[in-house]
Amino acid sequence: MAKRLLAKLEDVSLSFGEKIVLQHCTLEIIEDAITCVIGLSGAGKSTILRLLNGLRKPDSGRVIVHDVDISTLSPRDLIDFRRSIGFSFQFAALFDSLTIFENIALPLREHTRLKEDEIRTQVHSALEGVGLAGVEDRMPAELSGGMIKRAGFARAIITSPKLVLYDEPTTGLDPIITHLLTETIIRLRERLKGTAVVVSHDLESIYHMADYVAMLFEGAIIAYGTVGELRKSYNPIVQQFLQGSEVGPIPVG
Amino acid sequence: MRIFEDAGRETIGFFEYVGGVAELLGDATHFIGRFAVRGKETFDQAYLLGVNSWTIVLLTALFTGAVISLESAVQAVRYGFSAFVGSAVAYGTVRELGPMLTAVVVAGRAGAAIAAELGSMVVTEQVEALEALGLSPTRMLVVPRLIALVIMLPLLTIFAEIVAIIGGMWVAYGTAHIPFDSFLDSARQVEFLDVIKGLGKTVVFAIIIVMIGTYQGFRTTGGAAGVGKSTTSAVVTAIILIFLFNFMLSFVLFGG
Repeated sequence: MAKRLLAKLEDVSLSFGEKIVLQHCTLEIIEDAITCVIGLSGAGKSTILRLLNGLRKPDSGRVIVHDVDISTLSPRDLIDFRRSIGFSFQFAALFDSLTIFENIALPLREHTRLKEDEIRTQVHSALEGVGLAGVEDRMPAELSGGMIKRAGFARAIITSPKLVLYDEPTTGLDPIITHLLTETIIRLRERLKGTAVVVSHDLESIYHMADYVAMLFEGAIIAYGTVGELRKSYNPIVQQFLQGSEVGPIPVG
Repeated sequence: MRIFEDAGRETIGFFEYVGGVAELLGDATHFIGRFAVRGKETFDQAYLLGVNSWTIVLLTALFTGAVISLESAVQAVRYGFSAFVGSAVAYGTVRELGPMLTAVVVAGRAGAAIAAELGSMVVTEQVEALEALGLSPTRMLVVPRLIALVIMLPLLTIFAEIVAIIGGMWVAYGTAHIPFDSFLDSARQVEFLDVIKGLGKTVVFAIIIVMIGTYQGFRTTGGAAGVGKSTTSAVVTAIILIFLFNFMLSFVLFGG
């Protein structure tokens, strides 16, 4: 079966002041798959996610999602557009003045006309889906790092978006929680029958969940393929990164 | 040449700031015009920004009324103008000091709270999270605070004016033995229109406090230090603007 494209970065360049983040970057996101973007810290991986949901606009090039060139949308149209995309932040970005239930219910309360008991059922089911049943009434500050990340996942998927973006979902967590979160991402993608883009440099979890991997280096995608293809790559930059070696073309320091 | 470069940069920065605040206010007005207002959040903000400020407003107003009375009562009695002390305190309070001092106090308390809260939300990506959920930060964060303070600041000012006049009345009695009824008779010379005009100014001050606080909060960069910087900036800018607009509005409303 032919693979369909869900989103595409087309020759995108973006700078923040003097710092060039992306330079003629092109990346295709295949539908119904998990694409992981790997790269050095500060390489611009999170910026790719923010381009895909319109939180950043490219200086040049096009960002196409669901056949819409989102760089042409007005700020107000962008706000509506983002409802179709889930976004899980690196530090979850839960609203600290709201309970976990209120955090996850917020998109439903604002975007749908569901009754309160239906909202309650959906929030409960989303929390169960990420293995967090029973924490509805707790405040974000009362949860551990792994629990906060999972609550962030639940909020990202509560409106059943067909595209979910995960920013560093496992960074800084122990191996058991990392495995749990990786499994959760796989399960959520299957449940939503959708597409996920995961930015990470946690190679173990990428090998476990990725259908496709793209490596970002110096503002461009320098390698793309399945996990197997990438591991066999002859590109010395890819090999140095995957092996975590100090010796190679990637400058260390 | 460096001086010209700095002056140019400052000028551009100034217009960017004014443009940014105006754009944010335009966006907030757009949502208010469409009645896209979150009732519970607005009520909560009215409580947090308004009701929680009443003690500090009470103390400021009480001592301000008292000091005007202290300065004027003894002199007035000495020169035989004791019948005017009540109206001096009431006029000063209703037209100028009530609206302005209440606004300055609220800018220090509520304006700082707004900038600090929104600044913290920016650095912890909560504002970006709102946008990512397809929610407008203006509608969710600015509009409730704007409506809340536009309602609460005039109410706090009425409260402050009553307290200031009572404070003035006690001091006039204590220092110059001006009886309460003659103080109040004199105070009644203040026209109702003066009260309304004074309260009208507080609506403008409320808009200044919220718009500067929210704009400054949204511009926050660089973690905890950035939040502190935004908060200080919000308070200082709002207070300067309150003084500036107070002069301009008094000039227009009460005549030059």
